[in-house]
Amino acid sequence: MRIRDLVPHAILLLYVVIACGPLLMIIMNSLKSRQAIFGEPFAPPTLGTFDVSGYATVFARARFELYFFNSFVVTVVSVFLVLLLGSMAAFALAEYRFRGATVLALYLALGIMIPIRLGSVGILDLLVSLNLVNSLTGLILIYTAMGLPLAVFVLTSFFKQVPTELKDAARVDGAGEYRVYSLAVPLVRPGMAAIAIYTMLPIWNDLWFPLIVAPDESVRTVTLGAQQFLGQFVTDWNAVLAVLTLAMVPMMALYLIFSKQFVRGLMGGALK
Amino acid sequence: MTQTQTSEAATTASGAETPPRRTRERRRFPVQLLVFLGPAVVVYTVFMIYPLVDSMRLSLYDDAGAFVGLGNFVHLLTDDLLSARFWNAVWNNLVFFAVHLLVQNPIGLLLAALLTSSRLPGRATYRALVFVPTTLSVVIVGFVWQLILNPVWGFVETPLLGQSSTALITLALMSVWQYVGIPMILFYAVLVSIPEDFLEAARIDGANAWQTFWRVKFPLVLPTVGIVSVITYVANMNAFDLIYAVKGALAGPNFASDIMGTLFFRTFFGFQLERGSSTMGATVATLMFLLILAGVLLYFFGYQRRVKSYEF
Repeated sequence: MRIRDLVPHAILLLYVVIACGPLLMIIMNSLKSRQAIFGEPFAPPTLGTFDVSGYATVFARARFELYFFNSFVVTVVSVFLVLLLGSMAAFALAEYRFRGATVLALYLALGIMIPIRLGSVGILDLLVSLNLVNSLTGLILIYTAMGLPLAVFVLTSFFKQVPTELKDAARVDGAGEYRVYSLAVPLVRPGMAAIAIYTMLPIWNDLWFPLIVAPDESVRTVTLGAQQFLGQFVTDWNAVLAVLTLAMVPMMALYLIFSKQFVRGLMGGALK
Repeated sequence: MTQTQTSEAATTASGAETPPRRTRERRRFPVQLLVFLGPAVVVYTVFMIYPLVDSMRLSLYDDAGAFVGLGNFVHLLTDDLLSARFWNAVWNNLVFFAVHLLVQNPIGLLLAALLTSSRLPGRATYRALVFVPTTLSVVIVGFVWQLILNPVWGFVETPLLGQSSTALITLALMSVWQYVGIPMILFYAVLVSIPEDFLEAARIDGANAWQTFWRVKFPLVLPTVGIVSVITYVANMNAFDLIYAVKGALAGPNFASDIMGTLFFRTFFGFQLERGSSTMGATVATLMFLLILAGVLLYFFGYQRRVKSYEF
């Protein structure tokens, strides 16, 4: 290998250290004793410095297992609804010609560019009148509305690529329109996967809506739980590092497992 | 390439068979359209469009429910204290965006260019690792950096987040660190899709790698720089979590890191001695919306048109 070929590797490696180093450092130090955190921040935990007292504090003081459960429910149900409702609407927009189809597609696409957060005042009023404040249902409905525009937009173009012969063959065999839809869905799986990944992250990571519409302990999400815990325990470094690790490792692990699909999904969106 | 071919095939096929299908659909028209489109349209309308419109309507009322026209806007923009806060937040937001524009795009482009440089083993691993911070909550990112930049730990001597001169820039760079993967991946997608013929032609003309990049690849990436900038602008004008997590609702020191998102939160919910007002909150949100709209329109009528005229 020539020196010239090493230059890109050197720069990329340096950047990877900048990108992942801080995170690795947090995880490593969360497993160390207080003195070791300050004394030798770059050293991995050894038998002498290993200490999980931070995690003990976290689980004694905050109900993180509940927060994880809440985040999990909100994320999974929202993503499921975005995929189901989004694919149904996209199928109709791609498949049928009807008056107002273009206007409807544009109306649904509006939400891609407008941040839903700007409607927060209205959302809070609405949830109060629907009695959905401090409920996971409220969060799920907001996130579903937030994810739909992009899902409909992207999936419409995927459904348009499903060969017409296939759908018509099913119709000739006596399949109803709902059956045709259920046959077409597996054919747009790459689009569904991309949307699922793209929708999931902002929902799991959101702070704003949990903070303003569902701050109660019983419905608290991981992000809000971590934020509030960190606010209270600023000086307890063991606990802070443990919470940070708990809050970031699940998404990081999920991402590293699916990184290929994730990046490909984003690129697919970009190339369209 | 394959996708274009299938879609072409699909269009021709559907074109040929349109008339019979159309009549059948017309006969069944409303029921299945309602079933397919109804739920999405209802959820989207009720939980996104209606609240947005309602927020804008509320900006024309006072908290007692009386119609005040543009009174809230006049108050926000003319009241000594409020208008100072507002313009400070707008300015800080623009600085926040400028840092992203000037730091995120070049780094993203550099990383993408390196990743697409020929014969690079391990590119998938690099690509994945650069993206890791993007998958984290802004709240986590804020605290991670708060710890690392804490003078107690000793990585930096100066309290970068504690001084009004450096706080905002530091926060912006933290956000760049997190999101640089997005421009990188979008530039990467463009760079890998450049036809080999173009690069071959440049090589035959005697261009070296440097020249090939600036003369062939860069002009093709330029329209994507525009799109990335608009996405970044919308996200930045709407930012909140990072600053709230690191500096709290008061966006200190002395409002040095106050942006529209934190100003909106404070006017909506109140802070310290000041009571929150949902209608003033709605007013701030409406102004945020107008600023975002202005930025997006500026792009569509200015930048995009200019870039198009370079293309042929």
